[in-house]
Amino acid sequence: MAHDATRTIKTAYLARVEGEGGMLVRVKDNAVEEVKLNIFEPPRFFEAFLRGRYFTEAPDITARICGICPIAYQSAATQAMESIVDVEVGGQLRALRRLLYCGEWVESHSLHVYMLHAPDFLGYPSAIEIAKDHPEIVEQALRIKKIGNEIMQVVGGREVHPINVKVGGFYKTPPKAELEALVPDLEWALRASLDTVRWAATLDFPDFEQDYEFVSMVEDGQYPIDRGERIVSSKGLNIPISEFYDHVAEEHVAHANALQGHLKERGAYLVGPLARYALWYDLLSDNSRGVAEEIGLPKVVRNPFKSIIVRSIELVESFTEALRIIAEYEQPAEPALECPPRAGTGHGVSEAPRGMIYHRYSTDDAGLITDAKIVPPTAQNQPQIEDDLKEFVGKFLDLPHEELTLRCEQAIRNYDPCISCATHFLTLEIERT
Amino acid sequence: MADLPKLSVWKFSSCDGCQLSLLHCEDELLPLLGRIQIAYFLEATRAEVAGPYDVTLVEGSVTTPEEVERIKEVREQSKLLVTIGACATAGGIQALKNFADVKEYTNIVYAHPEYIETLETSTPISDHVEVDLELQGCPINKKQLVDTLLAVLSGRRPNVPTDSVCAECKRRETPCVQVLGTPCLGPVTQAGCGAICPSFARGCYGCFGPKETPNTVSLAKRWSEMGVSEDALLRAYRTYNGYQPAFREESARHGS
Repeated sequence: MAHDATRTIKTAYLARVEGEGGMLVRVKDNAVEEVKLNIFEPPRFFEAFLRGRYFTEAPDITARICGICPIAYQSAATQAMESIVDVEVGGQLRALRRLLYCGEWVESHSLHVYMLHAPDFLGYPSAIEIAKDHPEIVEQALRIKKIGNEIMQVVGGREVHPINVKVGGFYKTPPKAELEALVPDLEWALRASLDTVRWAATLDFPDFEQDYEFVSMVEDGQYPIDRGERIVSSKGLNIPISEFYDHVAEEHVAHANALQGHLKERGAYLVGPLARYALWYDLLSDNSRGVAEEIGLPKVVRNPFKSIIVRSIELVESFTEALRIIAEYEQPAEPALECPPRAGTGHGVSEAPRGMIYHRYSTDDAGLITDAKIVPPTAQNQPQIEDDLKEFVGKFLDLPHEELTLRCEQAIRNYDPCISCATHFLTLEIERT
Repeated sequence: MADLPKLSVWKFSSCDGCQLSLLHCEDELLPLLGRIQIAYFLEATRAEVAGPYDVTLVEGSVTTPEEVERIKEVREQSKLLVTIGACATAGGIQALKNFADVKEYTNIVYAHPEYIETLETSTPISDHVEVDLELQGCPINKKQLVDTLLAVLSGRRPNVPTDSVCAECKRRETPCVQVLGTPCLGPVTQAGCGAICPSFARGCYGCFGPKETPNTVSLAKRWSEMGVSEDALLRAYRTYNGYQPAFREESARHGS
């Protein structure tokens, strides 16, 4: 195919992502000249209006940043606040938090794997059209997703903006019988998610790999989900979470209208399923490692299009963990620990379905928030997404325009980007045409 | 297919949670798709069918100049416009900026405030165009959403409750948490969630916004007697539905 000297690949409004974004790639003389992931989701100023709020309000307020990963916010916020008031939530309360988070991983990952990402691989505009030709795929997806939502309802009260998470624990803990009632569904879902991995492995993937710096948190000997003590990378980063800002620089750039996260020493990095899998493969359950071996998936996956397989493996991991936690569960005597207000600064990290999220708060003696910082996963991944686009377009310039545009959109969806999340500090795209 | 009524779903300033509620209707979604055509729903599909639309769901509040214009276009294309959630019906949590200096907010969050284009206020959709039906809640209740769509399809009135969360506690036989000593906004908050918080031994925090004619003054007096500070009262009324007139006025009685 002949190329014009200048060629523009553009999608004004990206579909099947959370929030509002667009994409622009400009090619000149067969070289990629400019790549933009445009974010025009309006700013909502959470970090500003958190100031003056009482510290126990942070989990519920920050949940409203994102309707698809509220638990990620609630977990990071409670961790930060509990560290300020010097309370350690452990034992069954901690396990229950992890169970709730498994529900969010299931709900978010099943939505992304089947309804947002799969249409790219199967050549449909959406899961709605997939349902017409292959109802069994979408029915299975909805059933898996529903079981994630059931965990959210039983432990959290509801699936969007759960109400039961509290600084110090929960408002109410479920009796064991309520959790055990979920077991038959979870056992079915575990089998179904193993099939999901096998199905995802049969999809067609472009030949494309990147030398990523994978970043994730460390969670005391477990596959990282709920709360981290340290942050590590595949290229040697190993820091306590309190040093996040010593190593990550945020840049507010005009063209992308975003505060983008860079590692000060090396630049772009990747958070999310590919990073967790590469860094913590050995901590996965036998179920997850077994199915990875069965389909021949290596311990490190550098093809971002294969994130759909890794996300499916994390579905297996979520159901395996949920079943383990329920089997070992004993209802705690008290639903929460006392948390009187204290002045201080605290940090929290958790692994949102789409990658690590970082919170930092300062409070005064009365427990009022004086400063808040929130760094969601998509803001961290944004430079890496742009780099993927640049490399991908450079390599596949010969694809027909429509197909290349679709593949570029897919390259963005590889990250399950949550623009609503990123945007509490992103600004309006003015250059829209 | 072409004869099915057309549904469009639009997002303004929001968290995506309310439109996500539609995808959370795991049991109802596929049967619903046999009766309605999804003509525009960016979160779910690349495909777009041109308007006009028989039913339009709008999530989010108006916070930018672009949104002021876009909501007018959406209204023109929509026979029936239903706003979903606290952002669309009351300005949402981001309406907290209506009580503050937006320039200062921008300086707190952004390194280069000059890149930011935002209005001074976050306002409900009904401040800008005529709205046919409002579903309150942060987030909305997905059962209410399904019932509303089914009602529209069959030409009946949707079942949107107008009583308080207290009525829902009575119906599900949840002991009154306020009687047990926990301040609760249930008496002034519109029903619809199913009284989830009290069933988890927590006071209602008003995410569904005020019910019709709420007696906020009386409830605030009771809270004061229970030892709740003026600052805490202000915050209780000024969070997820703080710009809704009944809650806005009550919060103003407890500070500025």
